[in-house]
Amino acid sequence: MTVLQVEGIKKSYNGTPVLKDISFSLEKGQVAAIIGSSGSGKTTLLRCLNFLETPDAGMISVNGKPIFTAGQALTEAQLLQNRLHFGLVFQNFNLFPQYTALENILLAPKLLKKGSEKNLKEQALMLLDQVGLKNKADFYPYQLSGGQQQRVAIARALALSPEVLCFDEPTSALDPELTGEVLRVIRELKSHDRTMVIVTHEIEFAKNVADVIIYMAEGVIEEMGAPECVIDHPQSERTRTFLRGVYDTY
Amino acid sequence: MFLTVTNELFRGFWENIQIFFLTLLFSLPLGLIVCFGSMSRFKPLKYLTRAFVWVIRGTPLMLQLIVIFYGPGLMFGLPSMDRFTAVIVAFAINYACYFSEIYRGGIESIPKGQFEAGQVLGMNKRQIFFKVVLLQVVKRIMAPMSNEVITLVKDTSLSRIIAVYEVIYMGQNFIKKGLIWPLFYTGAFFLVFSGLLTVLFSRLEKKLDYFRG
Repeated sequence: MTVLQVEGIKKSYNGTPVLKDISFSLEKGQVAAIIGSSGSGKTTLLRCLNFLETPDAGMISVNGKPIFTAGQALTEAQLLQNRLHFGLVFQNFNLFPQYTALENILLAPKLLKKGSEKNLKEQALMLLDQVGLKNKADFYPYQLSGGQQQRVAIARALALSPEVLCFDEPTSALDPELTGEVLRVIRELKSHDRTMVIVTHEIEFAKNVADVIIYMAEGVIEEMGAPECVIDHPQSERTRTFLRGVYDTY
Repeated sequence: MFLTVTNELFRGFWENIQIFFLTLLFSLPLGLIVCFGSMSRFKPLKYLTRAFVWVIRGTPLMLQLIVIFYGPGLMFGLPSMDRFTAVIVAFAINYACYFSEIYRGGIESIPKGQFEAGQVLGMNKRQIFFKVVLLQVVKRIMAPMSNEVITLVKDTSLSRIIAVYEVIYMGQNFIKKGLIWPLFYTGAFFLVFSGLLTVLFSRLEKKLDYFRG
């Protein structure tokens, strides 16, 4: 079943096109990894999916139902509703500093009245357990390492059970020795059939976890397909150049 | 003698205290409204608010007191306000403008990611402001707010310009009776009061120490 369908998304800033006609789709439980150099539009694409940016053209459907069609104005309520189809984990975690790990996870579900306080709390503790941080429930963000903060952020995003969970370079702000714990959590989510879109610089990780690799360059999808194809046998010259650059650093 | 003076000065300082608390009561929320106006995406509202803030911050509070007390009567023939009311109106507007700029600085200093994290979690603007941003802003503006509030303590004595019998006025009255020390004594009232406020503010700051951000 197709969970996410993106068709002809375009976005420009002050006349500079950042996304030029992006289309792709994801089946339930599939993971797409978006790779590409800085400025290729990867992050903008994620922001469009989460309605932090409004595409100039194109369509977004979730579970076969169009939720966004360019040109049709969304009401505030629709916008809020649309955002709930997607979760986003940020590069810089963006946990709320004044709340504990548990409170960070609970805040939105409570405000959106997603259930009784008791049930929500149980669910939040379960999520913390799932990301391996049950014993850190009452810690404030500043008391946690970057990797732990990012795992809380993942739990926070999961608490609203989004259909598609997006990651914007989830390990880029972390010390190298802390990336492993975050990637492990993401890999585990995949085994639970989470549909995910991951923008990442970790090519090896992308190759391991993704069903689809999307290589973006200058606002277009230059190459898309299974990891064995895109990463091991890239067809496009641009993809080859990019990957050579990545692997050269080792 | 000392008791008589103390009594009189307390009567005067009671006025200062009332002005102080009523000004805070009205200007703290009013400042937030002015702040939202000056940050509005609706340009005319934004520029109008900013021009207003410029006028209020750019002219003496003393002048504003006089204009608000005498203005309506002299310009439009309206019955003039009671003196005390005029003082509260002038002070509330004046301080709201200063507070609005402190709030604006505080809000704009919060990383964009905090707002966006709220957005992607499906919160509306009001929820993001009150549940995510506000406490972080409060923590960040504690120091400038305590400055402003302590200035307010001393500014309350400006009310004498429209003949509100505040503490310095009372102290000065004793000069006619050949006494100069009551005037110095008034200073002690301000010192003690602002001392209490300083303690209160440092307690508040400590209370907000439980998180960083």
